[in-house]
Amino acid sequence: MIEGLNPALILIAGALLVPLIPQPARRFYVVLLPLVSMLQLVMHSHGTFAQLNFFDLPLETFRLDGLSFVFSLIFHIAAVLGVIYAIHDDDPIHPTAGLVYAGAAIGAALAGDLLTLFVYWELTAVSSVFLIWARRTESAFKAGMRYLLIQVGSGVILLAGLIIHFTESGSLAFNAMNLETIGGKLVFLAFGIKCAFPFLHNWLQDSYPEATASGTVLLSAFTTKLAVYALARGYAGTEMLIWIGAIMTAFPIFYAVIENDLRRVLAYSLNNQLGFMVVAVGIGTPLALNGAAAHAFCHILYKALLFMSMGAVLLRAGTCKGSELGGLYKSMPFTTVCCIIGAASISAFPLFSGFVSKSMIVSAVAYEHLTLVWLMLIFASAGVFHHSGIKIPYFAFFAHDSGIRCEEAPLSMRVAMGITAALCIGIGVFPGLLYAILPYPVDYVPYTVAHVITQLQLLMYSALAFTVMMLWKIYPPELKSVNLDTDWFYRKGATALLLPVSALTARSTESLFSLLASIKSKFLSVFEKTVGPGAWLSRSVDTAGMVTLTMGSLLIFLLLYLF
Amino acid sequence: MKESTTKASKPENTWFDKPANVKKIIVALFIVCAMLMAAEFFYHKHAYFAAEEFFGFYALYGFIMCVLLVLAAKVMRVFLMRDEDYYD
Repeated sequence: MIEGLNPALILIAGALLVPLIPQPARRFYVVLLPLVSMLQLVMHSHGTFAQLNFFDLPLETFRLDGLSFVFSLIFHIAAVLGVIYAIHDDDPIHPTAGLVYAGAAIGAALAGDLLTLFVYWELTAVSSVFLIWARRTESAFKAGMRYLLIQVGSGVILLAGLIIHFTESGSLAFNAMNLETIGGKLVFLAFGIKCAFPFLHNWLQDSYPEATASGTVLLSAFTTKLAVYALARGYAGTEMLIWIGAIMTAFPIFYAVIENDLRRVLAYSLNNQLGFMVVAVGIGTPLALNGAAAHAFCHILYKALLFMSMGAVLLRAGTCKGSELGGLYKSMPFTTVCCIIGAASISAFPLFSGFVSKSMIVSAVAYEHLTLVWLMLIFASAGVFHHSGIKIPYFAFFAHDSGIRCEEAPLSMRVAMGITAALCIGIGVFPGLLYAILPYPVDYVPYTVAHVITQLQLLMYSALAFTVMMLWKIYPPELKSVNLDTDWFYRKGATALLLPVSALTARSTESLFSLLASIKSKFLSVFEKTVGPGAWLSRSVDTAGMVTLTMGSLLIFLLLYLF
Repeated sequence: MKESTTKASKPENTWFDKPANVKKIIVALFIVCAMLMAAEFFYHKHAYFAAEEFFGFYALYGFIMCVLLVLAAKVMRVFLMRDEDYYD
């Protein structure tokens, strides 16, 4: 442990060396690197370090406290699991981009001032896009460009916000902010974009399913949870967040029911889970903030596990579309079991990780007597079981047999899935381990009789609803399709709007150029008449005339000289 | 599709392939649901909301909301569903 050394710097600097290290040493290096930086984090004392002055601005580039510790720790764990998962692939792009991306997210979580936050904020955008482009398809390239525009855009808004905030308050420190000032509003908007607030959300569902199998696993962990951390740091207790979060829990599940690409279904449920955290941040009590941090911790693990299992399916079966899959449990039994563990965790079954963290948030809502919000969260809990808990494993591994027979996932993927699944169950069985590292002291018991029974009632009757609708053939079948979401506005709407504008521009440019051309030719013809070939100014005279002219002028010169 | 994938040449007979076993799972689910409803008599709820006091609230709410969710999503399909290559 080196006092004052930011673990993010270890990770980012180390990651840049990854492409230079030959196989098989690289495999060990990429796993050891985040473990070393995690050790640095865990051993380090809390406080503010690495303070420096940048053009007389005091920066705090390394602030370690209860809140930043939980997020930095889970980012490290996600980085280790993500690189293990990608080991089977010799392409150095995943560990390189993935570890820089993880380092940037950790650096942002440890940033004590807004300028440092901004630098790492943009680095997460720039490094993560390579995980999408690594798919090397045209649609992935385009999706990556859209992703990059929106992510960098969020950073630009953050920069504008922090400059205004600095001029308003005279401080760059990243502490509690408010929505009273323009600076505060802009910073909030920048966080909201990365957090996939309703109507700002669609970059997530658009881009994550376009990335590679390993890329999506890494992507799912960092960007959005960094935004949750930033909101918890800057806007805890902002009432608007309760409503934003409640809407976030509810609306994506409707899309998840009818979406065919199973990794896109997971992206919608990721959005829904973020809603729970945002509600908790909005409530802002110590229990709620503990709930937000705990839920982010558990969520990163089970969401990674679900994306890992679907990534294995994508790698082996060549597709992730519900309409083309089914019966894969015969070929991939290990992946099936891991997927079900992830599904049980996200659904918050007792003894799985989601239960011990989501209960804190739902209880925090109950203690505040927010009836409507509570009803929305309970509905969203049932809904998430419906689509992530049942739909994902059912349509991929069971349902009707698609006839696809393939290999089980490669060893590295199975190791990563196995560890992640063990963590999901471990946290569910021993919640005290997680509660011990939360930012505030925990006085909360998740396993009460009433809690367990009511949760089981909610889940089993949701399963009953699914079963009944399947038996009666009411449940919508998986269809080859895409569903319109807010990305339509910039992928189709804006194009439709801009096409006439660009046609008009083309036409007016054309007429402008033809006008210029006619002016030019008129000017040229006048020019030609006066100085062109044969015009009086350029007419040539014969040699005798020339000699006469020269002698005449010399004679005049001589006469002038003489007199 | 990947080259390593193959199509099953003949139907296999694993445990899940037998309709009788699928029926067993469904029956087991019905029994579990009935038991969870019966459990309402045997524990005390620490209710924070009036709705929670209602008999079997969580079970009924979960069931009804899931049915509504799916029906609403089916209606959404009418308006929002497009061909797979809509954006290409």
